[in-house]
Amino acid sequence: MKMTPLHRVLLLVTGILAAYQVAVGIDGFDALPIIAYTIAFGVLLVAGILLIIWGFDVLDSPAVVIVSTIIPLSLSLGLVWQHASFRTSYLVLAIVGFLAVTLTRSIPAPGKIPTIVLALVHGIAGMTIFLLPISLSIQGRTQPLFSLVGVGGALIGLGGLLLSFLKAGRPIVSRETILNVLPGLLLLMTICFVIGFKFG
Amino acid sequence: MTTAAQSSIENRKSKISLYWSLTKPLQTGLLLATGLAGYMSARCPIFNMGTILGVAGSLFLAIAGSTVLNMWWDRDIDAKMGRTQKRATSSGLVSENEVLRVGLILSVIGVGWAVAMDALYGLIVFAGLFFDVVVYSIWLKRRTAWSIVWGGISGAMPILAGRALGLGYVDWIGITLALGILFWIPTHTLTFSMKFAKDYAAACVPTFPSTYGLGFTRATIAISSVLAAASMIIAGIGIGMAWGFLRLLGVLSAGLLMLAVAITFKPSERVNFGLFKYASIYMLAAMILVVIEVI
Repeated sequence: MKMTPLHRVLLLVTGILAAYQVAVGIDGFDALPIIAYTIAFGVLLVAGILLIIWGFDVLDSPAVVIVSTIIPLSLSLGLVWQHASFRTSYLVLAIVGFLAVTLTRSIPAPGKIPTIVLALVHGIAGMTIFLLPISLSIQGRTQPLFSLVGVGGALIGLGGLLLSFLKAGRPIVSRETILNVLPGLLLLMTICFVIGFKFG
Repeated sequence: MTTAAQSSIENRKSKISLYWSLTKPLQTGLLLATGLAGYMSARCPIFNMGTILGVAGSLFLAIAGSTVLNMWWDRDIDAKMGRTQKRATSSGLVSENEVLRVGLILSVIGVGWAVAMDALYGLIVFAGLFFDVVVYSIWLKRRTAWSIVWGGISGAMPILAGRALGLGYVDWIGITLALGILFWIPTHTLTFSMKFAKDYAAACVPTFPSTYGLGFTRATIAISSVLAAASMIIAGIGIGMAWGFLRLLGVLSAGLLMLAVAITFKPSERVNFGLFKYASIYMLAAMILVVIEVI
């Protein structure tokens, strides 16, 4: 499917917001969250630029699965490191999860192991990004707007789900619909993250 | 208005449009952006409208002039290449003498304006024009694939000139910024020469792919990308760029390096095209960061 000018504009704005987040939005955090968020928003920025350059066809590349795992894993790691007590365990889980996804996608693995590994890693990371900020907001430990990070997490989960269905060849909606929605979804997700981190 | 007058206006519009395309507006614009960023990186009083307009005007004229002169000189080989045979110079839409005159006038005004602003600035702008037209195009382009080094040095002059104007002297940061551009240019031009290898072969222009093979060319692209990214980051630190902006520059550099690795180990037409485009975006973004940092 050919990318329209509107798609390019949406991806460009997404990239600019991700760039803002890397440059300004995470100043003052501890070292590890800064590294984790830089990786997450940096991957989003570079991926957005490459999507604009190459068009939607690039989503057919096997590398997309690995790259799209980095964003939720590093975002969730940053959140856990800032706000939860199980920091080290989650750091180990994030590294092992990323290596597991990379290995099962790089070398032939038996049966449904690659799918199970991917679902498990995405599931844990996605639920962490979704639940942790909302839980913190409800408890009053952060400002209410921090829950928008959780909304961003839900959107990233939705995007990941749509992409997974697309790559599995069994989309619940048509390929055209998914690709049409994707740039807007990425922008909405990034807006939620930027506002959530800024005012949360 | 009479038909003759209307026709005359249409002809002028058409000619301006032809000459505008001969200045390669995107390439000229990018080099102009590096010159302005170089000037602003000196953290001098940048909101002096006269000086800013002077830098923009003199650089635009000098860069556009040298580009038009290159087109004039290369019109015979441009006519042999599919990519360039429709250019106004190679397709005969404008007369050779007229193109030469326009190129010379733009160059003289551009360099003259630069010299009038500041002697050192003018000298560096002139050096850029000399390296581009005389050393790169006239002397080396048809003789050796290494001519791109001189094309690169020429492309690095606007940023060095801008910074020298802001400071009044040439410093290590200016040279590092210039090295960033110098190493970035092979990333840009070598991917281009790989994409249009047949065109260059038809015109008998030696390129890295035709002289040393694709493997060596890809390795050169990868190494020059690493050096370009390293130079820009070192220059950023030297300028005193805030950590956040350095982080962003690091992220953008990582994207460049990733594509350079991809083109070395998993080469394809798509990666080649991606690196070519990304390299331009990278340099523009780096220049914007330098400017935003100062503002």
